[in-house]
Amino acid sequence: MLEFIGLLLLFMVIAAIVAIETRDLLAAVISVTAVGFGVIIAFFYMRAPDVAIVPIVVEVLILIILIRATLRVGLRTFIGNRDFFGMMVTMAMLAVIFLAGIRVFDDFPPFGHPVMQRIADAPTRLYIANGLKETGAANIVTAVLLDYRAYDTLGEATVLFTAIMGAIAVIRKKARKKPTEPEVGEWEE
Amino acid sequence: MAEKGMTPIVKTITGWIKGLIMIFGIYIVLYGHLTPGGGFAGGVILAMVFVLLTLAYGKEESLRRFRIGVASELDSVGALMFLVIAVLGIAGTLGGRFFINYIAKANPGTPFTLFSSGIIPLCNIAIALKVASSLFMVFILLVLMRVIHGPGERA
Repeated sequence: MLEFIGLLLLFMVIAAIVAIETRDLLAAVISVTAVGFGVIIAFFYMRAPDVAIVPIVVEVLILIILIRATLRVGLRTFIGNRDFFGMMVTMAMLAVIFLAGIRVFDDFPPFGHPVMQRIADAPTRLYIANGLKETGAANIVTAVLLDYRAYDTLGEATVLFTAIMGAIAVIRKKARKKPTEPEVGEWEE
Repeated sequence: MAEKGMTPIVKTITGWIKGLIMIFGIYIVLYGHLTPGGGFAGGVILAMVFVLLTLAYGKEESLRRFRIGVASELDSVGALMFLVIAVLGIAGTLGGRFFINYIAKANPGTPFTLFSSGIIPLCNIAIALKVASSLFMVFILLVLMRVIHGPGERA
C-alpha cells in the first residue's frame, strides 16, 4: 500500500509541475484537477471515504467553474515571465523552511500508527469510545464534526457565507447590466 | 452559441437523471449521521443538479427553477438555522452550553436509525441548505460575469 501511495505522490508531483509550467490555461486547470483526484484516491486507500466524498464533488464543481470561466473569457494562454530574483528568494525561503522543518518528522509516529495509540488520554480515544453513547450518531466523523467540534463547523460555515458575500460584492457591478444592451466595444460577447 | 445549451442527447439524459441526483444528494444529507457524507457533501451534490441544468439547458432554465433571490434567502436561512440550533443550547433548561446536543440528551432515540443523535441531522440539513444555495450562486455569478475591456485592449 505504501508503494501505491508513493506512486500516487509521484503522479501528483508531476501533475502539479505540469499545472505550473504549461502555458495553456485549460491544460493547467485539468492538471490541478488531476492533483486533486490523486489526493482523493489516496484518501480512499487510507479508508477515509468521509473525507474523500467532499473533495470529489468539490473538484468536479471547481473543474466546471474553471473551464467555464477560462474558456468564456478566452484566456487561452498565460503570457508573461516570472521575476528571476523573486523566484530565487522564494526558493531560498522554501529551502530554509524545509531544512528547519525536516526535524519534525523525527517525532512523527510511523505511518499507520496514529498518535492516539501512543498517548493514553488523547481526546480521540474518548471520541471513539464514547461517541455513539454520547451523541447517538453512528458515523463517528459526523459526531465529531457536528457535536464535539461543532463550533469549528460553525466557523467554517461563516467562512463560506463571508466568501459568498465578498464574491457578490465584487462581481455584482458587472453582472447587473443586461447583456442585451451592451455599450459598443465594451462587452466581450 | 447559436442554440441555447447543449445537444438533444445531453438534454434528454439530463432530464432523466436530474431527479436521481437530487434524491442522492438528499440521501447523503439526511443519512449523514449514519453513513459517510453529511451536509457539505450533500449540499454540493444538490448544487450540482442546478449546475448540470445550467450547462445542459442554458442559464435561463436553471434560474427559472431556482431564482437567485430564493437562493440568497435559503443561504441566509441555512446559516440562521445553524446559529439558532447552537444558541438554543444556551437556554438553561436545555443544557446551558453552546452547541450542546439537547435533543439527544432528552430523547436519545435508537442508534443506527434515521431519527437518532438529536441535533446532528438538523445541523446537516442547515449546512446543506447553505452550501447548496451558496455554491449555486457562485456558479451563476461566474457564468453571468462579463469582462469589460479597456479602450486599448482587444478580446
